[in-house]
Amino acid sequence: MSGPLLEVDGLSVRFPTRTGIVEAVRNISFSVGREKVGIVGESGSGKTMTGRAVLGLIRPPGVVQARRMMFDGVDLMSLSERQLRSIRGNRIAMVMQDPKFSLNPVMTVGRQIAEAYRVHTAASSSEAKRRTIEMLEAVRIRDPERVYGAYPHEVSGGMGQRIMIAMMLIPDPDLLIADEPTSALDVTVQMQVLAIVDDLVSRRGMGLMFISHDLNLVASFCDRVVIMYAGQIVETCRASELHAASHPYTRGLLASLPRVDRPTERLSTLVRDEAWKTEPGVDARIL
Amino acid sequence: MPASSDTALLIEHLDVRFGKDEDAVHAVRDVSLAVRCGESFGLVGESGSGKSTVLRAIAGLARDWTGRIAVEGEDLGARRTARFYETVQMVFQDPYGSLHPRHTVDGTLGEPGRIHGLANVDARVLELLRDVGLGPEFRFRFPHQLSGGQRQRVAIARALMLEPKLLLLDEPTSALDVSVQAEILNLLQRLKREHGLTYILVSHDLSVIAHMCDRLAVMNAGRVVEELTVDQLRRSEPSHPYTRQLLKASLGYDRAAVDALETFD
Amino acid sequence: MIDRTLANGTRTGLLGWLTTDTPTSRAQARCIQTYLAWLGLARNPLAMLGLGIVVALVLAAVFAPLLAPADPLAQDLSRRLLPPGSPGYLLGSDELGRDILSRLLYGARVTLYIVALVVVTAPVFGLIVGTVAGYAGGWIDAVLMRMTDVFLAFPRLILALAFVAALGPGIGNAVLAIALTSWPPYARIARAETLTIRNSDFIAAIRLQGASPPRIVVGHVMPLCLSSVIVRVTLDMAGIILTAAGLGFLGLGAQPPLPEWGAMISTGRQFILDQWWVAAMPGLAIFTVSLGFNLLGDGLRDALDPRSGR
Repeated sequence: MSGPLLEVDGLSVRFPTRTGIVEAVRNISFSVGREKVGIVGESGSGKTMTGRAVLGLIRPPGVVQARRMMFDGVDLMSLSERQLRSIRGNRIAMVMQDPKFSLNPVMTVGRQIAEAYRVHTAASSSEAKRRTIEMLEAVRIRDPERVYGAYPHEVSGGMGQRIMIAMMLIPDPDLLIADEPTSALDVTVQMQVLAIVDDLVSRRGMGLMFISHDLNLVASFCDRVVIMYAGQIVETCRASELHAASHPYTRGLLASLPRVDRPTERLSTLVRDEAWKTEPGVDARIL
Repeated sequence: MPASSDTALLIEHLDVRFGKDEDAVHAVRDVSLAVRCGESFGLVGESGSGKSTVLRAIAGLARDWTGRIAVEGEDLGARRTARFYETVQMVFQDPYGSLHPRHTVDGTLGEPGRIHGLANVDARVLELLRDVGLGPEFRFRFPHQLSGGQRQRVAIARALMLEPKLLLLDEPTSALDVSVQAEILNLLQRLKREHGLTYILVSHDLSVIAHMCDRLAVMNAGRVVEELTVDQLRRSEPSHPYTRQLLKASLGYDRAAVDALETFD
Repeated sequence: MIDRTLANGTRTGLLGWLTTDTPTSRAQARCIQTYLAWLGLARNPLAMLGLGIVVALVLAAVFAPLLAPADPLAQDLSRRLLPPGSPGYLLGSDELGRDILSRLLYGARVTLYIVALVVVTAPVFGLIVGTVAGYAGGWIDAVLMRMTDVFLAFPRLILALAFVAALGPGIGNAVLAIALTSWPPYARIARAETLTIRNSDFIAAIRLQGASPPRIVVGHVMPLCLSSVIVRVTLDMAGIILTAAGLGFLGLGAQPPLPEWGAMISTGRQFILDQWWVAAMPGLAIFTVSLGFNLLGDGLRDALDPRSGR
């Protein structure tokens, strides 16, 4: 299929507050193909709002505007809520940070995943159960039958996140949006979960939008990196070329990270330039 | 082993439990370590490793502990004395939770001084604010009017009010943005130099520990699995497989390495 | 201190003092927080209505001698049971020819007296019991909570009857009965909040400064419980007024000729079919004041609840 999976053109997200209008996302453009794209930023950069805007999860009084948001030939901005619902979860899936808050605590794991499957297909309950066990195996859960009947509080954080991934990938979506999916996990568990996502994404030819604050992680995991600051995209490049980044914000961020393999007396601190907030952003669409 | 006077902290066979009987969680198991005066000692481990619990036991915030803890040569008992609080202080992880929401910065900073009957509390408060890089205009603000980095600065200033010698730092930058983390770490380095402090820094982030500390202990499931210097860490000389794994994972994602990861229980 | 907005947008005068983001004293900082809370409350029209009613109650009580057209105790049997709108009797007259409006205004004093007495005793006591129990834990908690349960079990009206039987009727005993049965819910609220607060890092931090438990409870725990208690007090106000009126209705509270609203309803019962205003006017007063406190309480909860965001 030619062209990117998702193409966002001129997306803005605004929230009216007591003290005026807050622009969480300012007129950004980017695209995601069948590749892993990392969206990196600190708190307040607008990266989470971007992910939610794509899925139409921003409720009033928040206002979402875009020239176009093309997903597989359809403009998401022109769809009704009902049409969006058939895409959400089915063709575009989202994994969020903490499985404690995104899994229903009073339903067994298996039932939740099976339900996610049956919402989007007309499968029977036995077929759904079979597929669920298959998915649990695909996310490398060793005892899928036992986990099927377990409750979310009975599983560890890493397993909870893998369950989340299984639930989100069971309808076989084309695009996965992952918002800080591993931030709440220990570093070794992080690596294991990312490896699972890596394998699943490449095997199924999915696109991945990986939202994170961890520049190092994104640079080592993703194919392309998009850096956001104050609602704008300030830079985009291939992950392997991040060390050659040109925007002062990116360079400043890279320099202020402590590294085991790079001892330094004093960490360089980022000097923020007010001009970054008003300069036009970078167009991060692959052409 | 008798504690010498240049040992800031000595821990021998520390065991900490939470809860009672069968539900008890054995958070810290037989931990022993020694920290010299003027040193920066790191405690690294993942969640549930017991690293924060060790700090809380030192601070007197854990009720059920056995073993020996000695600060500057003096053994600690079940309760902490005023002299202890003037020697050891702590900075907590969550800047949003460690400052009282209804007290101004001035109130929060001045209170330890007032409890211990210090003279010139007002002057001390202003001096501390300057020391941590905040101007006097912050003096009467409330925590919700400060950013995460500013709150953490106030927390550090509060810890310094009683002029302690040993500072326990429990993941002081984990809740902060990367750019703010750099500022706070630099501040901590400067304060250590200027005040001649000894640090015990707990973190799950090996790169922070490597930057700040001279020596470190790696904890897993309540035990210390390895003690090594940061130099040894940098030269990739950890001997314990858990440490090697932690080091590899902290360098970034490497698909090939993931298959080699083991779970340690 | 005229408030002006200067050319560069900064404000001078009182408003400038209240909106600056660099206060120069603790008093100023607290004033600013109070002002912001007030702004939050002021945005809620129903809460403002409630506040207006409460303020009207207070003003009526304070200025009753100036506002009342007649002496509330002056009887004129030739002018008894006149309908509202009669000259000199805006809301009508009761069975002894007394002006109902004047009696309502002076009755506000009685109502306010009861409310004020209960407010300074029950919530304060409940707050202390609750915070101490929550912070201390262990057997202190158990003892205090059992004590709370005992008092919670007493039905208010029955206790008032018991007091009257033992000590004789009167406002003081009515207030005592109400206060003794109102404090347990405050203890429960305060204890529940204390249990959450107790595990916070800022409490651990102040313990590490060497603070004693009393200092922690009074200086750190109580200020955080205060907003829930204040909201609860305002919402309870309506109940307290109704209970006092009920006691008055039963003849257990204020004694004649004191113009207590509940007692006025009681005597007005006999005339309710033809001279409805004798009972309805005090009833309306009670209804309005209760409503006012309820609206104010709801508004305060929205303004003071930290979870609803700033």
